Amino acid sequence: MIVFDRVSKRYDEGHDALREISIDISRDEMVFLTGHSGAGKSTLLRLIMLMDRPTRGKVLIDGRDLAKVGSRAIPGHRREIGVVFQNHQLLFDRSVFDNVALPLVIAGYDQREVGRRVRAALDKVGLLERERALPITLSGGEQQRVGIARAVVGRPKILLADEPTGNLDPALSADVMQLFEEFNRVGVTVLIASHDLGLISQLHHRTITLRDGRLVSGMAA
Amino acid sequence: MTGDATSARREGASLSRTSLRGRYDAWLRHHRQSSADSLLRILDNPVSSILTWLVIGIALALPVSLDVALDNAGRVSSTWDSPAQLSLFLVDGTSQAAAKELIEELSKDPQLAQVQFVSREDALEEFTRVSGFADILENLQENPLPDVVLVEPVDSLSPNEVTALRDEFEAQPLVAEATLDMAWLQRLNSLLELSRRSVLALGGFLIFGVVLILGNTIRLAIESRREEIVIVKLVGGSNAFVRRPFLYSGLWYGVGGGVFAALLVSAGLWFLSAPVEQLAALYGSDFSLRGPGLIGSLNLVLVGGLLGLAGAWLAVSRHLGAIEPR
Repeated sequence: MIVFDRVSKRYDEGHDALREISIDISRDEMVFLTGHSGAGKSTLLRLIMLMDRPTRGKVLIDGRDLAKVGSRAIPGHRREIGVVFQNHQLLFDRSVFDNVALPLVIAGYDQREVGRRVRAALDKVGLLERERALPITLSGGEQQRVGIARAVVGRPKILLADEPTGNLDPALSADVMQLFEEFNRVGVTVLIASHDLGLISQLHHRTITLRDGRLVSGMAA
Repeated sequence: MTGDATSARREGASLSRTSLRGRYDAWLRHHRQSSADSLLRILDNPVSSILTWLVIGIALALPVSLDVALDNAGRVSSTWDSPAQLSLFLVDGTSQAAAKELIEELSKDPQLAQVQFVSREDALEEFTRVSGFADILENLQENPLPDVVLVEPVDSLSPNEVTALRDEFEAQPLVAEATLDMAWLQRLNSLLELSRRSVLALGGFLIFGVVLILGNTIRLAIESRREEIVIVKLVGGSNAFVRRPFLYSGLWYGVGGGVFAALLVSAGLWFLSAPVEQLAALYGSDFSLRGPGLIGSLNLVLVGGLLGLAGAWLAVSRHLGAIEPR
């Protein structure tokens, strides 16, 4: 589902963020991506999101070479992927409902379908009663769950998460991870960048470790 | 998944894995949502919105009111367009008989509506009466004025034909000089033409200004919603999707500006109409000011809307592409 074939990324200032990375993540897999900050975790996610292009090598998502996805096709590509951001990236002047509905509105679903799907997603993350609330009135953990609901509401095939438990206490972190496992169980490919090694070790999933842009472990399933 | 992404890129808000019909509905739905949302945002800030509308309204009202003024001036002058009068000064020493013969001949000319003979004696008498130089004129040895035939061409003749007629008369042996008393009218007309051009140029500048004002307003709106744009792009909003609400904002600002301009022009006309009619009445005319009318006002609103769109497009194409998720 997610294939990196000898991918390198060098930024303009000469910093090598990724060097010759090859990864193959299959459908139905849940994988952790770990390494100290600056090891290249975010760069790897950015390449999948097409927020950046690799300097060398090939990235294939669901069998499609991302080099062939032109800039005008990027929005369509991003709609196939759900992303959970560390800093949530919520719209603070819109209600929880509107935030979660955003990907569906972009995708052009009609009102009724939007309502049905948004409530299902909010129910899944346990925030159904807060749909009218503004994100600012929610706790950090609740905001993160709004972000998760938004990531999954469009039923993506791939779910990416960048430090989803970065600001959460251990109990909440475990809850969030459990949510990801549930999505994975219904067939979503999940890739989570995290440096929370304690939490990762409790969950028995493949772990890809990066150091200075190189792959250290976790190449094969 | 691949095929849908390419065909979906134009609409942006379209739904992959759906029919063309569904996509059209989604596109329409987003247009409805963006237009309503943009209008609500503008109405949410009534003070600054009204100020923007006023600025645009004034900028549009200026050339339009000048144009209305010129239109009215043109109507006044058109009532003076004819009759143009030709004065045929006869050569010295033309006998009464010869003059009479000429007049008879001219009277038969179908191009002339009226022919009037003013003898040199009559002319001197009138000049003495009107000029107030009676004393000086009495001391003159002889009458310096020539005989004159005043002819009036028919209304249907164009200025060029009248000029040709003048040349024709001048070629006659009895006529020393033929003058066309249309010079002042031509001056007025060329003055009007000059004013028209000036208004056009001024209008061009002001329209350019309106586009820039609107572009800047939309640029500020884009800046203030930068984070939102980033988030929308992150979750797969296309450029068209992101652009749409801003284009509608531009449209609403422009339409509002057009409405304000129409109101300002109407208010100005109302303010001036009473004294103008009074003035016209003093000249024994039933002239009254003519405004742009309903169609003109609607056109103004339409033009405002188009300018708004143009300004928004300018801002959007310059600033939106630069906002990408980092």
